[in-house]
Amino acid sequence: MNINLTLIGQAIAFAVFVWFCVKYVWPPITAAMEARQKKIADGLSAADRASLDLELAQENAAQQMQQAKKEAAALIDQANKRAAQVVEASKDDARQEGEKLLEQARAEIQQERVQAREALRAEVATLAIAGAEKILETSVDAKAHSEMLDKLAAQL
Amino acid sequence: MAGTPVEYIKHHLQNLTYGKLEAGYERFDGSVMNETGWTFARTAQEASDMGFMAVHVDTLGWSIAMGVLFLGLFRFIAKRATTGVPTGLQNMAEISFEFINGLVRDGFHARNPLIAPLSLTIFVWILLMSALDLVPVDFIPWLAQGLGLEYFKIVPTVDPNATFGISIGVFALTIFYSFKIKGVSGFAKELGMNPFNHWALIPVNLILEILVMIVRPFSLALRLFGNIYASEVVFVLIALLPFWAQWALSAPWAIFHLLIIPLQAFIFTMLTIVYLAQAHEEH
Repeated sequence: MNINLTLIGQAIAFAVFVWFCVKYVWPPITAAMEARQKKIADGLSAADRASLDLELAQENAAQQMQQAKKEAAALIDQANKRAAQVVEASKDDARQEGEKLLEQARAEIQQERVQAREALRAEVATLAIAGAEKILETSVDAKAHSEMLDKLAAQL
Repeated sequence: MAGTPVEYIKHHLQNLTYGKLEAGYERFDGSVMNETGWTFARTAQEASDMGFMAVHVDTLGWSIAMGVLFLGLFRFIAKRATTGVPTGLQNMAEISFEFINGLVRDGFHARNPLIAPLSLTIFVWILLMSALDLVPVDFIPWLAQGLGLEYFKIVPTVDPNATFGISIGVFALTIFYSFKIKGVSGFAKELGMNPFNHWALIPVNLILEILVMIVRPFSLALRLFGNIYASEVVFVLIALLPFWAQWALSAPWAIFHLLIIPLQAFIFTMLTIVYLAQAHEEH
């Protein structure tokens, strides 16, 4: 337990170790730790920002969704109205067409009836003449009596 | 090995000393030194007769080995330090860095880039040196004996030379920073006008303050030395028991030292920070 040169040797060793630590050990490790701290801080603030962004985006999305729903409802409404109109219009069209067709048919029938009546009249005239001939047993001069026959036919 | 318990204990507490013996000195075996020269001391008497001109080879060797182990390991980590997720060794280094940084932040308010690495060096180095205390007391000396070395004490902090070496280094730094930060007049004023702020009491103040300052390296060195020395003595005493009974005492004692060793390293580091902080404080 004698105090001797060992003391000075220890002091020198101590000085050298401290120097080495100050120069080569402390700076790189603290630099790495500080860099990591900064990284983590950046990461945390980025995460904060991201969650804020997410909230905003969700709000935005909700608004857009509502808007879209409104628009869709409006469109459906419009479409329903339009469809009703179209149905109404086509019903009208159909009715008109039908009436027109009916009218036409009626006109045709009328015409045919007139024609038939004409033909019948002619036939009746002929038949009447033939009948009269038979009755009279004599030949009636068709030309001589045609005036009278026409008068008769017109009365039918 | 020595025979009686007293001799056994004394033997264990003797350093391997390499020193200068004067011409005409009578060695332990009756031979006489022909001329002044450096040699290994073979007895405790020879070691103490060498006086100041001697070195404790074991103390120096093991303390330097521990210092190199600490710096080598931390330099290795520093080179591979990543800013990403730290693993294993880097975690360990960063925990000690955080620990030391916390101490320095709390105790030291001036700005000085030296203090934190200095504290780290002191803490880890003393921790490693004292941790050699946990190596069984006969193990390394037995190996050394095989190599022909009479004495071998592996725990550097059981040698006051080692603890004084560090505390005197700290003391020198305290004086240096006191002059550097406060200037000669500021430092002189601090010594002369404290604790009694009156010109008539300057001599009393000077005596008190200088005494306080001188006592610091002694208290630093002797506290560490005393604690580790006492524990080493107890380890040596336990080693005197029969081999089958030793574990019953040495294991609890060693476990207890898992607390004592870091605590002593911590106290030394903390006081170093406090002393240096006082040197940086301006009144």
